[in-house]
Amino acid sequence: MKVWTLHLALLAVLFTAQFWLSPYHATNLARIMVLAVFAMGYNLAFGYTGLLSLGHALLLAAGMYAAGLPAQLWGWTAGPALIAGLAGGGLMAAALGLLALRTAGVSFMIVTLMFAQAGFLTLLYFAPITGGDDGFAVAAASRTLLGFDLSTDTPRFLAALTIFAAGLLASLVLVRSSFGRTMVAMRENEERSRMLGYNPFTVKLAALTISGLYAGAAGAAYAILFGYVGASFATIQYSILPMLYVLMGGAGTTLGPFLGALLMFVLIEAATGVTTAHQFIVGAALVVLILFAPKGLLGTLRERWVRWLP
Amino acid sequence: MAALIEPPLIQTERLTLHFGGLKAVDGVDFTLRPGEIHGLIGPNGAGKTTFVSLLSGRRMAQSGTIRLAGEDITRLPAHQRVRKGIAYTFQITSIFPRLTVFDNVALAVQLQGARDLTTRTRTALARVGLQGLEEQEAQTLSYGHQRLLELAMGLALNPRLLILDEPTQGLAASEIEGFKDLVRGLIPDTTVLLIEHNMEVVMDLATRITVLTFGRVLATGTPAEVRANPAVQEAYLGA
Repeated sequence: MKVWTLHLALLAVLFTAQFWLSPYHATNLARIMVLAVFAMGYNLAFGYTGLLSLGHALLLAAGMYAAGLPAQLWGWTAGPALIAGLAGGGLMAAALGLLALRTAGVSFMIVTLMFAQAGFLTLLYFAPITGGDDGFAVAAASRTLLGFDLSTDTPRFLAALTIFAAGLLASLVLVRSSFGRTMVAMRENEERSRMLGYNPFTVKLAALTISGLYAGAAGAAYAILFGYVGASFATIQYSILPMLYVLMGGAGTTLGPFLGALLMFVLIEAATGVTTAHQFIVGAALVVLILFAPKGLLGTLRERWVRWLP
Repeated sequence: MAALIEPPLIQTERLTLHFGGLKAVDGVDFTLRPGEIHGLIGPNGAGKTTFVSLLSGRRMAQSGTIRLAGEDITRLPAHQRVRKGIAYTFQITSIFPRLTVFDNVALAVQLQGARDLTTRTRTALARVGLQGLEEQEAQTLSYGHQRLLELAMGLALNPRLLILDEPTQGLAASEIEGFKDLVRGLIPDTTVLLIEHNMEVVMDLATRITVLTFGRVLATGTPAEVRANPAVQEAYLGA
């Protein structure tokens, strides 16, 4: 009960934000919510199941291009494009998992990193279609959903909020389900889980695929809501970002990814205003975090004070 | 006589696993009858844990066969053997330390369906005397309680065969009595294969005993027969 109240309250506050934030900040918040969906997916794999992937940019880009290319080539509208993006992320994650989950630990990190890099290079290789580094803008005609123009402020904000809310509540239901318990069991003690009758490979494959659905949805939403698709989203930077969000907010907490994405965004904004070396400030913040709150903000909060936090 | 007619629950033939030159399990023929408590004893390094690892599927045999109630399971992966009814409790306690006691056992219970998960989990915990500790983190339990939690997880699987690897290690004398009653209460629904160093416990509980040395079966029989066997006395009991 407390748990649901907390999550619904956050969504309510986010809903009202469009009324008291300037359009500039509201657009930024929409962007943060989309990135938080990506991070929530990352959190399901890393925070709950213990799969430390360095290749999630591949899944984000899979969703982005699965939505953006049909829009570009065949004039798909936002609805089918978003669904294609969701499927693209999930399918790519399943394919990645079938290959990469034969490894674990550091090898898994390296293998996922290599596949993501291969994906990035593939996007560059097919530049005539993908636009390569420059990418392409998604045509305005493809950015409509049920008659709403998603390139305008209010529909865009509400679309981002809807996707975020769906992702957040789905992850809450998931981690409190039997399968959520199984995911955590994989993270905590894989060998014991096996001897309780669970097949680690299929559990991890399922978790990674769900994670890919989130990444795909986020990539597709980014393409449709902000109108740009480009290979830069397949770079290593976009594999690292969700990890940083999750580490900052708290791995294995449902609200951590959003909090991390929000704080990191605000921090970079603030640092950019002060110095050109804003990456340095972000780095310093992370060092402080790892030193004093290695479980992230919500992870530490849960450990010390709020035990019921999911 | 019924035990002779029923097919053995477990039957191994020429079961073998060598680590380089070390013959950990070396051509073991072994039969487990349904409904018995079978003790597995032998000196340190005799291959007891390796042998039960082959039964549970934690390790794969190099040669030989394992049958579960007549079905060949030699190549079956561990998690599928668990689902066929072979439960293994670890010698070195292997629980989920950062999960609650409830979640530890619920992981075993939920495999048999999601209905009444809470009730069934609480029942499984009460069976080993851990009721009231549900919400505690497993790593905060005393060692003896962690052993009991390990046992509760095995029991919650409702296994046909429960393999207990040194279950009384680290238990207090008073807890051992309770443990013996618990194991006796499992028969005949569950067959028990018990690796145990505590001779009193084995002699008291087991209906039959197999002695392993150097990866081979030295003797099999009732506790009295095994105790009277000169080869066993020489190799192991040192009497």
